[in-house]
Amino acid sequence: MTEYFYISLFAVVAIVVVGALLALSTVLGPRNPSPQKMLPYECGIIPTEEAKGRYPVRFATIAMFFIIFDVEVVFMYPWAVALGELKLFGLVEMAIFIIILGIAYVYIWGRGGLEWD
Amino acid sequence: MDWITEILNVTWNFIVLFLNENIPLVVGSVKAVIIAVAIMSVVPALVWLERRLMGRFQVRLGPNRVGPFGLGQPMADTVKLLFKESIIQSSADKFLFHLAPAVVVITAIAAFAVIPFGEPFEVFGQTIEMWGANVNSGILFVFAISGMGIYGMVLAGLSSNNKYSLMGGLRSSAQMISYELTLGLSALSIILLTGSLSLVDMVRAQETYPFILVQPLAFLLFFIAGIAETNRAPFDLPEAEQELVAGFHTEYTGMKFAMFFMGEYINMVTMSALVTLLFLGGWNAYGLPVWPIVSFAVKVFFLLCVFIWLRSTFPRIRYDRLMTFGWKILLPLCLLNLMVTSTVKVIWFP
Repeated sequence: MTEYFYISLFAVVAIVVVGALLALSTVLGPRNPSPQKMLPYECGIIPTEEAKGRYPVRFATIAMFFIIFDVEVVFMYPWAVALGELKLFGLVEMAIFIIILGIAYVYIWGRGGLEWD
Repeated sequence: MDWITEILNVTWNFIVLFLNENIPLVVGSVKAVIIAVAIMSVVPALVWLERRLMGRFQVRLGPNRVGPFGLGQPMADTVKLLFKESIIQSSADKFLFHLAPAVVVITAIAAFAVIPFGEPFEVFGQTIEMWGANVNSGILFVFAISGMGIYGMVLAGLSSNNKYSLMGGLRSSAQMISYELTLGLSALSIILLTGSLSLVDMVRAQETYPFILVQPLAFLLFFIAGIAETNRAPFDLPEAEQELVAGFHTEYTGMKFAMFFMGEYINMVTMSALVTLLFLGGWNAYGLPVWPIVSFAVKVFFLLCVFIWLRSTFPRIRYDRLMTFGWKILLPLCLLNLMVTSTVKVIWFP
């Protein structure tokens, strides 16, 4: 656990430095807001609508594909560490697993899930 | 007043006793703080290096006025940014707006904690290890923490209430999760070769030859994915100036703006260090008479220069090509490389 204590020390140092920088810039920086300055930047034009609107569904589908493949990668990490002991059995098992995922991958590709237009 | 001195004495004795019994803990803590501060002070030097090299690549001088060779330029910029007004536009989500740059910097520094850069050595009977922390899940930890850095960019994009920021945040999340697959899968072949997740073990496994010689494809895939993960050109779509102004940090000013760059440059160093550890043999010098840490630093420096070199060489690729490149070319190549590596390992080197 001491190793994780050291890691948290890194985070603490980061928080201290970040806090100090933000505090310093708040103290040192000027502060004179105006209605125009507080508008969202849109190349000098007054924004017409809120930014939080609809966005392409592509981003959501990519996130779903990511979850499928990332779970696969999570399974592969312990397998890769233990392959020395698993030998041929582990290899065949993982080959079957990758083939099943490969079918899903080909299906996604065929249905145009990976096209971006 | 006697009881005050007594309490002070008892406290002092307790502290001395505690320190004497926990010397490794104290040494480790001091070391962690030193490394964390050092990695943060690398950032200005790296900004200077990038601007100088970019200048040379583009046949101009680059910063050369402040101090010798323009070395004072990053300091001057930092001071300038400190004195800038911090503008938070009125419709932004204030809390998330402040949180986003902090998340980027903190995750970047925490991810560097497990990077080793030399063999342990002994001073005054104490073994000093050349790493902040040696967790046995080293590489997984780096991926996990640097994956959390995506939150910073997405939060910046969402909280700004600006169309460019939102677009940049969405783009960066989609890009980074896509290339994280390639990153994780290409690192798997190295884990197959070493049978360990610890970065120290990986370097020790490369004592006779660096893994780039046996895994050139994995090296290439890992490096490409690493550039995309750090949002560097030619994969800097989240902040594509010509179309998105500045992407997810459009609304940020002053020090908070600088913190995104701090995060980006620290991530660049972490990624170069990872490539060095996984593929270039870490601190092994292969017969050259240099200190391990010098060997490591030279390799990381070289990779950082390659990062800058790529930025000045390649134009930014289009977003649809970026995504199809990641999903249709890199991902199958990764799986292929993984299957070939594991088959060779099981059949020829059981």
